[in-house]
Amino acid sequence: MLLIVVIALILLTLALALARALLGPSLFDRILAVNMAGTKSVLLIALFAAWSGRMDLLDIALLYSLLNFLAVVAALRLIERGKHFAYLDKEEQ
Amino acid sequence: MMWEGLSALLLFAGALLGLAGAMGLHRFPDFYTRLHALGMTDSLCAFLVLAGLALQEGLTLASLKLGLIFGFLFFTNPTSSYALGHAARQAGLPPMETKHD
Repeated sequence: MLLIVVIALILLTLALALARALLGPSLFDRILAVNMAGTKSVLLIALFAAWSGRMDLLDIALLYSLLNFLAVVAALRLIERGKHFAYLDKEEQ
Repeated sequence: MMWEGLSALLLFAGALLGLAGAMGLHRFPDFYTRLHALGMTDSLCAFLVLAGLALQEGLTLASLKLGLIFGFLFFTNPTSSYALGHAARQAGLPPMETKHD
């Protein structure tokens, strides 16, 4: 019962983070929100593993936290190097 | 009995802290302030929730994995927050000037 309430609260923060991802003005707000959604979903997987009693799901949570970090760094590298995603009104040299 | 109470307390504190971070994400006016809100609450919320779960498990392989997850999040969350702020600054996102009236 306790885990259900905590899962519901974390789902609420996940929804708020995704809402920020949708209406975030700048591109970096979106990456920020996706980063937060990623860590919150890691916590959700861990909570679900505890709730369902199948603790081997924790490997998925560990793997997803690795992937989430890589996704953020890759997106930022793409922005730095890529010409088409940079900040909109920054004219290209 | 004391362990369940402590883990419930930790879990609730983590969930409420996550909620505070999410609200901070919406209430702060500028990207850099939101980055500030996110960076802090994410690591601590992860610690509280994972510690609450580890308390329920006791000393098993599962709590070792929970510790590993937290160890990884503990090191990469600040790094990704730094990379985000640095990339935003490099791309020329202007910080919000305070209006000295």
